[in-house]
Amino acid sequence: MELNSKSPSGPIETAWGRRKFELKLVSPANKRKYQIIVVGSGLAGASAAATLGELGYEVLCFCFQDSPRRAHSISAQGGINAAKNYDNDGDSVYRLFYDTVKGGDFRAREYNVYRLAEISLNIIDQCVAQGVPFAREYAGYLDNRSFGGAQVSRTFYARGQTGQQLLLGAYQALQRQVAAGQVRMLPRHEMLDLVLVDGRARGIVTRDLVSGEIEPWAGHAVVLATGGYGNVFYLSTNAQGCNATAIWRSYKRGALFANPCFTQIHPTCIPVTGEYQSKLTLMSESLRNDGRIWVPLQKDDPRLSSQIPEAERDYFLERKYPSYGNLAPRDIASRAAKAVCDEGRGVGPGGQGVYLDFSEAFERLGRRVLDERYGNLFEMYELITGENPYQVPMRIYPASHYTMGGLWVDYSLMSTVPGLYVLGEANFSDHGANRLGASALMQGLADGYFILPYTIGDYLASEKLDQVDASHGAFGEVEGEVRANIQRLLGVRGTRSVDSFHRELGKLVWEYCGMARNAAGLRHALEQIPELRERFWREVRVTGEEGDFNQQLERAGRVADFFELAELMCRDALGRNESCGGHFREEYQTPDGEALRNDAEYSYAAAWEFRGPGNAPALHKEPLAFDYVKPVQRSYK
Amino acid sequence: MNLTLYVWRQKNARDRGRMVRYQATGISQHMSFLEMLDVVNEGLIGRGEEPIAFDNDCREGICGMCGCMVNGRAHGPLKGVTLCQLHMRHFHDGDVLYLEPWRARAFPVVKDLVVDRGALDRIIAAGGYISVSAGSAPEANSIPVPKEKAERAMDAAACIGCGACVAQCPNASAALFTGAKIAHLGLLPHGELERDGRARAMVAQMTREAFGQCTNIGECEVVCPKRIELEVIARMHHDYLAASLFRRDSDAAVEAEPAAKR
Repeated sequence: MELNSKSPSGPIETAWGRRKFELKLVSPANKRKYQIIVVGSGLAGASAAATLGELGYEVLCFCFQDSPRRAHSISAQGGINAAKNYDNDGDSVYRLFYDTVKGGDFRAREYNVYRLAEISLNIIDQCVAQGVPFAREYAGYLDNRSFGGAQVSRTFYARGQTGQQLLLGAYQALQRQVAAGQVRMLPRHEMLDLVLVDGRARGIVTRDLVSGEIEPWAGHAVVLATGGYGNVFYLSTNAQGCNATAIWRSYKRGALFANPCFTQIHPTCIPVTGEYQSKLTLMSESLRNDGRIWVPLQKDDPRLSSQIPEAERDYFLERKYPSYGNLAPRDIASRAAKAVCDEGRGVGPGGQGVYLDFSEAFERLGRRVLDERYGNLFEMYELITGENPYQVPMRIYPASHYTMGGLWVDYSLMSTVPGLYVLGEANFSDHGANRLGASALMQGLADGYFILPYTIGDYLASEKLDQVDASHGAFGEVEGEVRANIQRLLGVRGTRSVDSFHRELGKLVWEYCGMARNAAGLRHALEQIPELRERFWREVRVTGEEGDFNQQLERAGRVADFFELAELMCRDALGRNESCGGHFREEYQTPDGEALRNDAEYSYAAAWEFRGPGNAPALHKEPLAFDYVKPVQRSYK
Repeated sequence: MNLTLYVWRQKNARDRGRMVRYQATGISQHMSFLEMLDVVNEGLIGRGEEPIAFDNDCREGICGMCGCMVNGRAHGPLKGVTLCQLHMRHFHDGDVLYLEPWRARAFPVVKDLVVDRGALDRIIAAGGYISVSAGSAPEANSIPVPKEKAERAMDAAACIGCGACVAQCPNASAALFTGAKIAHLGLLPHGELERDGRARAMVAQMTREAFGQCTNIGECEVVCPKRIELEVIARMHHDYLAASLFRRDSDAAVEAEPAAKR
């Protein structure tokens, strides 16, 4: 298979503008003749569905939650980047592009990233007009703050609830299209498979989570905006329902899966307290603007934080990375925290934590300013831990947060299956091996508001698509397979709960394919995962019935897919004999412990092709060219 | 600690439902309320029984999906938190807890503690937005917004649509929810143009759904996990009244318009 990224050539500054002119258009009168299926209602899905509706397409939008407003984009706290340069501090589209390519450790496509930086300007305009209540200065103009991996202030925010406010903006735009009859919204529907007709994506099969009914849906194109696969680790900052089923089953229908081993571990999460734990809560990266991260100099220091004098504290990020300090990028900050804990200098129960201390900021800024900036985060921390961060430093530890990998897409966001588009975290496109803070919201909205609406028109106008409805034989066939899979899960009738298997899988993946990986560990995981998967299929107990609201059955299907995905992740990590971004292979590091890339051999996106159950997937490489940002070893020192 | 739970079990919308007694044993004070329910459910699965169905997703208090009545109080005894953020350290060994779904005619029970809150989406669809299509927005800083207004808009916009206000209200009114959106958008200059029509359309939709009327009891404010204040209801009444009296939008079509598609 030849991977054609359809990336433009020529001057990067004008590439997207030129491409937009080349894209074919669907006339306004013809748009209503096309049905587009959008799966997922987060920032990418809701913005895409709303915008396609505004343009006049007929849209079907699906989400597994009870309302589109629940999608996990809502949990994003800190902010959204845009190169507005309102602070007059030297920002520009080119700098945002540069920072993102560098932050991604030179494993993203330059033309995609440039386009993202360019569109960041329109996103802020759009969201403000929708009524997103961004933070403002006293004069009424928009306020900015800094985020990791940048030396300018370009992050727009709405308290610690930026994702919520952006999602509500997109959700409201979506509801406006629902009222207008352009979008039909189907909540509590989970996509369980993709339907291809003549090699093109022409529909999906869903399960109605209330009635259990399996239903086919036909359209002219399918758009997946179903988020990332961070829940493969079981414990992550993702919501309970986040899953990889839509992208995984599309992978098994022919869409290539790129860079599955590029997963992001976020440095500032609340540490684990016990075995019952169901999720890890993120404390926004924005806290690192004013909080200082430290551990005791001495190993296994039994003293309380307040009893440790300044001279016996190690502000390890400020020490190792003086120019970025506490705002070093996520991958680097996470590894540094792991390193000090591995040395035995971690704090809190089990020594798996570092301090994030606001006492200096408290003295400098006062409680009012801190409350205004981080009030809800402090409150959330206290609710969860029972400790007041104004009195004792927060304890944080890295946790799985975001997945840069995802379905491979070309410059038009189309996967290797014609007519199947993939947006937001579900695709692999813009963040390379590490995503910078406040860039996920930017990408989701760029894809949905300003990229897909153009590129999908080109596909619809260029291809001659026959009328296909759900009575086509291909739908019946896929429906049959979906039903058989459900029957198989219910039929195991074992003794162990779905969650107990998920937890065990998560521990395995975290241990061997988490913050640090090595060949021996990955080989071990590649033996263990299939064994555990076989046990799952022999011993799992899925209670309840098929034709009913059945949360155990929902979870069982998702966990079954995570087993397969976990294997591909490890395979990808084992094949990439270098360290880059979130992928840290212990064998490949500089003498001072930094990631050691191997550009000569690994400057490519690894796109995996499914070749049937039991067969090894095939690796296809998309070479990456860096004509604008010269690959260097990332230095934040 | 050990707790006794009485949980509402109802197989589906047609079933009559009943309270069933369960023991929650070996509960750590660091668990969240939902993690406590996870433990109870693990036990049920182990015995081959169907676990208690409850909605939840983010488990960090922002998605608005979780919630049930705990001893008659929406989201439990702690102020300003969702059920997922309520930790067991606020309970004592031997406590007896009664868990029921949101009770409101507009929120039919789906199963056990799960209800259908689609009516809230339909209220938003009736007018809870600013009609700006992608691409038509002016430069973001071209319209300054007084900081104080932006902050108050944000206070109202913090609503997570969980439905606790409706569940707690003796009238099952959705006034706090609807008022929050009307206040959020109406406080911003961007939302000013549609302010009259929005208030009328959203209030009309709220009435069309099976929500009761607001009689200023104020229980909604007490249980709101995001501390939305009653003031938003006053704003809603103000906007609705002004729009109805003066017909500044001269848009009689607002009321004549059919309900948003169900």
